[in-house]
Amino acid sequence: MESTQSTESKIIELQPFTDEMIVNMGPQHPSTHGVLRLELRLDGEVVREAIPHIGYLHRCFEKHSENLSYPQIIPFTDRMDYVAAMNQNWGFCLAVEKLMEADEEKEFAIPERAEYLRVLICELNRIASHLLSFGTYGMDLGAFTPFLYAFRDRERLLLLFEKVCGARLTYNYIRIGGVSEIIPMEPGSIDEQNFLDEIEEFLDYFEPQIDEYNDLLTSNSIFSERTVGVAVMSAEMALSYGATGPNLRGSGVDWDLRRDEPYSIYDRFDFDVPVAEDIPELGAVVGDCWSRYKIRMDEMKESVSICRQILAEGLPDGPVMAELKAVRPPKGELYFRSEAPRGELGFYIVSDGTPKPVRVKGRSPCFSALSALQELSQGLMVADIIAIIGSIDIVMGEVDR
Amino acid sequence: MSEILPSSFFIQIQDASGNWASDFVENVIIPKIPHFPVELGTVLVMIACAGIFVAVVPLLPLVLVLAERKVAARFQNRTGPMRVGPWGTLQTLADGVKLIFKEDFIPPQGDKLLFLLAPYVIFACSFAVFAAIPFSQEIIVSDFNIGIFYIMAISSVIVMGVIMAGWSSNSKWSLLGSLRSAAQIVSYEIPLGLSILTVIMLVGSLSMTDIVATQENGFFSWLIFRSPFTFLAFFIFFISSIAEVNRTPFDLPEAESEIVAGFHTEYSGMRFALFFIAEYANMFAVSAIGVTLFLGGYEGILPGYDFLGGLPGFVIKTLGLVFLMMWLRWTLPRLRVDQLMNLCWKYFIPISFFNILGTGIWGLIFKTDDIWSIGISCTIIYVGLISAYVIAGRVFSRKPEPQASSV
Repeated sequence: MESTQSTESKIIELQPFTDEMIVNMGPQHPSTHGVLRLELRLDGEVVREAIPHIGYLHRCFEKHSENLSYPQIIPFTDRMDYVAAMNQNWGFCLAVEKLMEADEEKEFAIPERAEYLRVLICELNRIASHLLSFGTYGMDLGAFTPFLYAFRDRERLLLLFEKVCGARLTYNYIRIGGVSEIIPMEPGSIDEQNFLDEIEEFLDYFEPQIDEYNDLLTSNSIFSERTVGVAVMSAEMALSYGATGPNLRGSGVDWDLRRDEPYSIYDRFDFDVPVAEDIPELGAVVGDCWSRYKIRMDEMKESVSICRQILAEGLPDGPVMAELKAVRPPKGELYFRSEAPRGELGFYIVSDGTPKPVRVKGRSPCFSALSALQELSQGLMVADIIAIIGSIDIVMGEVDR
Repeated sequence: MSEILPSSFFIQIQDASGNWASDFVENVIIPKIPHFPVELGTVLVMIACAGIFVAVVPLLPLVLVLAERKVAARFQNRTGPMRVGPWGTLQTLADGVKLIFKEDFIPPQGDKLLFLLAPYVIFACSFAVFAAIPFSQEIIVSDFNIGIFYIMAISSVIVMGVIMAGWSSNSKWSLLGSLRSAAQIVSYEIPLGLSILTVIMLVGSLSMTDIVATQENGFFSWLIFRSPFTFLAFFIFFISSIAEVNRTPFDLPEAESEIVAGFHTEYSGMRFALFFIAEYANMFAVSAIGVTLFLGGYEGILPGYDFLGGLPGFVIKTLGLVFLMMWLRWTLPRLRVDQLMNLCWKYFIPISFFNILGTGIWGLIFKTDDIWSIGISCTIIYVGLISAYVIAGRVFSRKPEPQASSV
């Protein structure tokens, strides 16, 4: 009897052995917002580790810049964050202008008209950028329609940009010392009036549109299921990774360079800085995907309000370009940062007094935000990775440069 | 007819195929050919039925694909396809021709046999479902006595094809997609089956024509209004059937933003087209089943009149449900896998069991055709809907529009 039992007890136990699977998400993938490659270590649907591999869009911006004169670098900044190219132009020009101000011999002042145009155009560009972010985020989560609504509105903005600089994506509009005069717009002329009227028309149309988008996507219960409480980035974590812009404000840190270190003429405008906070009715906590997304939706309203203030004042008369013989900053080095739609865009420039910089370093907000992905995605599911990438709103052109 | 033809397994088919097909063979073909073998007549009837069936049913996806593109375009402020044919009506045909001429790629590392077989499994299953759908009193390929059971059984086989496709592609994304699909279809089949069961309990028959026959007295006799439980069951059925056919918000198996295209990532050419056609055929099929079970099938809206009855009424009602599916698809985002499973196991299945219990009690209290039962059930549905509306209004109005604070 015992012997038969011993033979019967040779039952092979089924050990459910699950192997981890390594999957490449990207570089060709519809929702990695460019050519990001993520190496996912998956346990079923659960992500054990997500390692971002970047560099597929590396174009040696910094090395290129060393062989170009300052004005020639501006088109290269267009290609960094191509969704918000105006702001990239501006960030670089601000840094060079700051460097040139150190030179006592050659004095120059940026004309008022140029400053107003810069703020107006860059805030419109911020709206365009956040619109794209909103649309693609909806698409990442499976809602296709918001994407086309966003692109419909962005199209109107692009037509406006085309009117001032002739380009739709890579503008090269903001120049060192002012803005481009390729398409002249005389102060007080019918052209200017038409342009401002068109902007006003757009703003009138667009402001209620934001509420419609909130109805369509933000307050959708499936959308909030997918984003609320997912991938919470605490304020400490955001600061330690150097996340800036909407990502930092989404983590509850009240910081906006436009208000806290006002550059250009931002101190003349009255605008709010949206900061995330817990919303118990919805379950949203500070720092989750929903908060980061919502900050962008609210920022669009603030940008609309800034644009309205400019339109109410009207553009001042005068030239749009400072009188500059040559762009030749004095010897020295400088880091200047500005608030681009995706966060703090900084340029570190070393000059030796020649028309070409010795070193240009770009500080990319997307790169810092992307570095948090690995920690954020621990233990989440594949679908959440998409939600995180969309919510930190990266543009690979800027990450790789 | 049944005197001429031997009673066989196929007798069901030729009887139910409508008299026109057998009449055609009996009156036109047989007199012309002397010494016509009777068995051949049966076969001819079968072939005629199958031929019409095979020729007509694949046209549905062609129309539906175009309809989906046009509907989506309208939702998105576009015009949709406009170039091929008048208003782009021939676009799907052109796409089909293009797909036929494309390279038929087979992944060299994959399982070739399964890879080749998978599209046919899905295609065949999704079209076999049409065999038991009563388009009208006359147009039904086969009026089984177990019609709805047959449909459930056949549509369950589709998941096999999906797994075959995902596994044989030798792609990790396809595998993920097919496993998602397997989990999803298997889970959602339970609430689907349970909500169908409530109907069967009230009707007492599995035959599709019997189910329709009980709904012949106008729209108040439709099974959806027969008791509050069938009303609930209809919505569970509809949502589960969206999950069954893998459409947004349940389109995880082919979520293009997550796993690229899911199980059919590696397919190209006509094999891909088969998946595509099968998807739309499925969509029509589940809507048709929903109409048959809950919305009166081919019976008219008003008792005694044939208004919106027969084939046109059936097709209009079915396309209404199809449009609802399209509407949902172009409005809603996608659920996550765990949320999808939660919805099924924590909400739908308990509610379905409650439905069955309730239907049993309802059947004990009321007779099926009792005017009182319909009156009371409609009152309960009406009161329930109004209170749900009021409660929902309270809940949503209490929730303020969430605004991030501004400093």
